Amino acid sequence: MFEFTPTDWQAMELSARVAITATLLSLPFGFAAAYLLVFSRLPFKALFDGLINLPLVLPPVVVGYLLLLLLGRNGWLGGMLNEFGIQIIFTWKAAVLASMVVGFPLLVRSIRIGMEGVDRQLIQASRTLGAPWYDTLFSVILPLSGRSLLAGASLMFARSLGEFGATIIIAGNIPGVTQTIPLAIYDYTSTPGGDRMALALCAVSVILALAVLIFNEGLVKRFGREQSR
Amino acid sequence: MKLEVSLRKQLGPFNLAADFDVTGERLGVFGPSGSGKSTLMHLLAGLLKPDHGSIRIDGDTLFDSAKGINLPPERRRIGVVFQHAHLFPHLGVRRNLLYGYRRIPASERKIDPQDLIDVLGLGPLLERDVVSLSGGERQRVALGRTLLACPRLILLDEPLTGLDEKLKYQIIPYLQKVFAEFAVPLLLISHSLNEMRLLTGQVLEFAGGNYIGQTSAEELARRGMGTSQIGYINLLELRNPRLHDGLFCYGWGDQEIVLSAGADQAVGMFELSSKDITLFKRHPEATSARNMLRCKVVKLFGAGNRIGVELDCGGRQLVSQVVAEAVHDLGLQPGSEIIAVIKASAFRRLY
Repeated sequence: MFEFTPTDWQAMELSARVAITATLLSLPFGFAAAYLLVFSRLPFKALFDGLINLPLVLPPVVVGYLLLLLLGRNGWLGGMLNEFGIQIIFTWKAAVLASMVVGFPLLVRSIRIGMEGVDRQLIQASRTLGAPWYDTLFSVILPLSGRSLLAGASLMFARSLGEFGATIIIAGNIPGVTQTIPLAIYDYTSTPGGDRMALALCAVSVILALAVLIFNEGLVKRFGREQSR
Repeated sequence: MKLEVSLRKQLGPFNLAADFDVTGERLGVFGPSGSGKSTLMHLLAGLLKPDHGSIRIDGDTLFDSAKGINLPPERRRIGVVFQHAHLFPHLGVRRNLLYGYRRIPASERKIDPQDLIDVLGLGPLLERDVVSLSGGERQRVALGRTLLACPRLILLDEPLTGLDEKLKYQIIPYLQKVFAEFAVPLLLISHSLNEMRLLTGQVLEFAGGNYIGQTSAEELARRGMGTSQIGYINLLELRNPRLHDGLFCYGWGDQEIVLSAGADQAVGMFELSSKDITLFKRHPEATSARNMLRCKVVKLFGAGNRIGVELDCGGRQLVSQVVAEAVHDLGLQPGSEIIAVIKASAFRRLY
């Protein structure tokens, strides 16, 4: 079989760590964004909606470059963070950030569909029973859109595992530090004789993605059963 | 409870104008569909914001556009029983029931959950899933859930409309029981005259988005007699049935009424159309009808081309209808003695 090098193992470990962190960090924001889009009467809602969905249609390279401009040493946010001794670009945190931005629209879309399916009259019933809006959010809306939350989270996780374009720009391709599976595959394909290892990592990617999808399906099903119980 | 309302709300082409002051514990809002009943319910509960006006209950201001007051629904303490129950599908019956109860301060928990569960007969349902409940059971759970939030007023928004005729009359006794037992004021929104008469006293009448005036369910029923095909519906609470020759003999005050559509329950509610009561000047020697009641005419009232005759049968009230000519022939006038003849099959059991 294939002999993975320590850097390959590091790439796998890093991919998982980046995808998990990005997904978990995005969940509360995704939930809040979906709530605002569905239930609030925000001015400029269309613009807000557009901004959230932009990374879905922009080339990831563009997203990466914009993030680099923002977070780079001379960037507006990067300069500020630098004063506190925090550096993001060219660390694994940058890979997390890239995944978060690129996967966010998928997460929000999924949660939003779930929330739109929540009967408004259940929300009204909860309010007249004495629940303030935030109570209703956690006792009615969250449990009833939980399925879509799970579906969105696994979609985003899978997307994060495959993130390449934005990552290579703001995190770079540093073996053992920021090199995730897709970046490692990219390295192997541009190295003479690396085809076999590239293929092996591709297989790992496929297996991981498949595992996520199956896990997600099971979770959603189980959740659905509990809902109807 | 005193309810002072002055509201304006425009929804597309629909305009609601409601200005009324009313005091009572059992109020009704009556009107055809599209008359603004539901809009009024949403405005009172705080689920819809009025364009301007004010809402006060027992002197407390819930909404006042001039003073910029608009309490959110959870602080108005107005409970709502919706037409389609709207139980939370992710919670079981018990947690649905206690949803509001857990959200009010202990000092305001005036109703003991166990008492309410007993009155509504919800004990066997507590561990069930809400999706497995029948329509009537759902509505009972919804009613219990709203009552346990201990509101100062409960709005019932056509709570029986989705149920079939038989179920509807199974729920009404529960409604009467809980509102009597737990003394919570109610405002029933409905277009069913029978529901109004069984559950409310004063009625606010709406038509085309406008408040028409205050009346009573009884008054509405009498007014409707002139136009309705079925006449005025007498509602009779009959007690202690006894089986006799395949018919049921019920006690009604100090009289006895014989009817065919009885049941074993000790107390039953029956309807009887004013058209099915025939009036005789003298006691007939024999008739095929099984009931011949001695009555005294209390009052005559006109409705369309018919004349309603309010009768006093040993302290109980009955309304019959006749045409103008019959008034003359029978010499009907307040105080005259008369015999009301009713067939045993004319009664219909409601519950």
